[in-house]
Amino acid sequence: MSTRDQILAKVRAALADVPADERPEDVAVPRDYQRSRAGTDIVDLLIDRLVDYKAVVHHTASAAVGAAGHADASGVADAVVARLLVARGGRIGAPVGVPEEWLEGVDAVRDDPVLPAAELDALDGVVTGCALAIAETGTIVLDGSPDQGRRALTLVPDHHLCVVRLDQIVRTVPEALARLDPSRPLTWISGPSATSDIELDRVEGVHGPRTLEVVII
Amino acid sequence: MTGARARGAGATGVSGTFVGMPAFPIASAKAVGDSQLRHNLHKATHTIRGKRAAVVGEQPDWTELRAAGAAIKNRVLRHLDVYLEQLEAAVVKAGGHVHWAADAAEANRIVTALVKATGETEVVKVKSMATQEIELNEALADAGITAYETDLAELIVQLGDDRPSHILVPAIHRNRAEIREIFQRSMSEWGRPAPADLADDPPALAEAARLHLRERFLAAKVGISGANFAVAETGTLVVLESEGNGRMCLTLPETLISVVGIEKLVPTWQDLEVFMQTLPRSSTGERMNPYTSMWTGAAEGQEFHLVLLDNGRTDVLADQVGRQALRCIRCSACLNVCPVYERAGGHAYGSVYPGPIGAILTPQLRGMSSELDESLPYASTLCGACYDVCPVEINIPEVLLDLRAKVAAAGGKGHRVERLAMAGARRVLESPGLLKAGQRAAGRFRRLTPRRLPGPLAGWTDTRDIPAPPPQSFREWWERNR
Ligand code: SF4
Repeated sequence: MSTRDQILAKVRAALADVPADERPEDVAVPRDYQRSRAGTDIVDLLIDRLVDYKAVVHHTASAAVGAAGHADASGVADAVVARLLVARGGRIGAPVGVPEEWLEGVDAVRDDPVLPAAELDALDGVVTGCALAIAETGTIVLDGSPDQGRRALTLVPDHHLCVVRLDQIVRTVPEALARLDPSRPLTWISGPSATSDIELDRVEGVHGPRTLEVVII
Repeated sequence: MTGARARGAGATGVSGTFVGMPAFPIASAKAVGDSQLRHNLHKATHTIRGKRAAVVGEQPDWTELRAAGAAIKNRVLRHLDVYLEQLEAAVVKAGGHVHWAADAAEANRIVTALVKATGETEVVKVKSMATQEIELNEALADAGITAYETDLAELIVQLGDDRPSHILVPAIHRNRAEIREIFQRSMSEWGRPAPADLADDPPALAEAARLHLRERFLAAKVGISGANFAVAETGTLVVLESEGNGRMCLTLPETLISVVGIEKLVPTWQDLEVFMQTLPRSSTGERMNPYTSMWTGAAEGQEFHLVLLDNGRTDVLADQVGRQALRCIRCSACLNVCPVYERAGGHAYGSVYPGPIGAILTPQLRGMSSELDESLPYASTLCGACYDVCPVEINIPEVLLDLRAKVAAAGGKGHRVERLAMAGARRVLESPGLLKAGQRAAGRFRRLTPRRLPGPLAGWTDTRDIPAPPPQSFREWWERNR
């Protein structure tokens, strides 16, 4: 008998008290927790939570729409992203799917063909979009879509500028999971990496990017 | 548990790491006399406790989430065979390989063979209690493979040739000056040395760790991890972490091997919506931990191996009262509220699972085959604080009482353990007068004692570079001096 079959047999023997006709779904799971919630404006909430995690946050959406009307808003937002990257300086990595406008005037290199590890390590930063953002927890989720790239791209460089569209913001964790595709590799980011391992003092930035900059457009 | 009692720890064991450790009352008495450990533990448990209370308080549906979490885990456990087969099929379908390990030795053999097949002699590891439980690093070392721990705390523990003392902050028994000393002494033996002028403030120490580990991550061909959750429906594995070393280990290597206990399953993708809320808040007291990775099968072309580990879990499953311990999501909230843990420290529990959860899980996993295991169910005042905070409603006092009844029923040896353990637990809690007396005692004997103690106590002193405790146990000292 293979170990697999042995373990499964031991599991079944251990569960001798479970009635033979009980199906998994017969074990009731009460789901009266809240899947969504009303409350403060989700954009304000997201900004508040991101700042709480020491992320740098820029909000272009409301100002851009107000000043230039909807048609030009995306152009204004693109320019904001490019301006932030230029101001930051250095060589910036970008996945194939981010718009050329974000990289206007930026010393940018596309991850195509795939950059070797040493070159990733030599980058000063990386710019991506995201799959969604969770307001209550201040979380950005990446799913490897073309505007986000493979996981190493947003891991090795020290600075990550992530662009979040208003329609990508959800309030709660259950709302986020309902939108995400489990077959994609997912990375949930809630502020820069941190450790509290030395006498419980929080230190920002151990292995991931030490600066997380979020632009809401 | 009668069947389980017959098992030898050596055969199927959670095994050797802590063999030779003194039983809980003796080990805890020693820890009580160690003021650095006690100070750090006090700070740690109270800091995390406060943060946890704040973020749990702001979650309006906490009670409902807790009930749902417990029920989801009950569903998994009552139909574990179904879900294990479902998980296996989903992982294989997504291009991963699934291996089954009945015990520590088999798991270690599987992982060693997988690493050898890659031709590599070095692997990077992200903190995992399952791999600690099976002593994978030691097994790999025996096969000529070096396993590099990459969590800051695990790195401190590994460089200091030490053992973790807290699930979440394993190096909590070390202060910053000790950590600097460990880095300066040992980093060069493992790779990039610490800077000569290394300061002892936490940012400088973290920076030294970042530089030390970076070149290792970039060169690594094989990564080894555990997982917090495995979703049966989709085959997705989930790792929550803080530092980013998990992302490094899970993402950069060409081959990834994850060792996962068979109790880590959840039925559906949707079920994660419960635990992704309760685990971070219970664990580090954050609304969300800095990084979570979720992947299904061979992600981004990686070679992926899942090793499903039994190692005593099916024995726990067979016990209708004790079974609930397998719901544990390893958040460590129960440690941080436990008055015994705060005073005794993690090492006293003699296993990778310390605190209240260790007191019920370790004896069940190992089948109460030693005096230490039999004394663990007494490492509690039954105050119930652990039950109150547990995000999956594990009734730890209920299981403790049940285990105590089993120890007592075992007859002569059991009764002796019971008497000893109860006396020890009472004394540990008689603070602060007794604690001070303990410190004075340690001070008085320090210069007279060898740094290594003979016999069963050697295992304890071998792992510490703090002053050796007096050669008599704290209990014996107290009997004579009170
Ligand atoms: S027993 Fe409960 S509180 Fe303790 S570590 Fe496990 S899940 Fe957390």
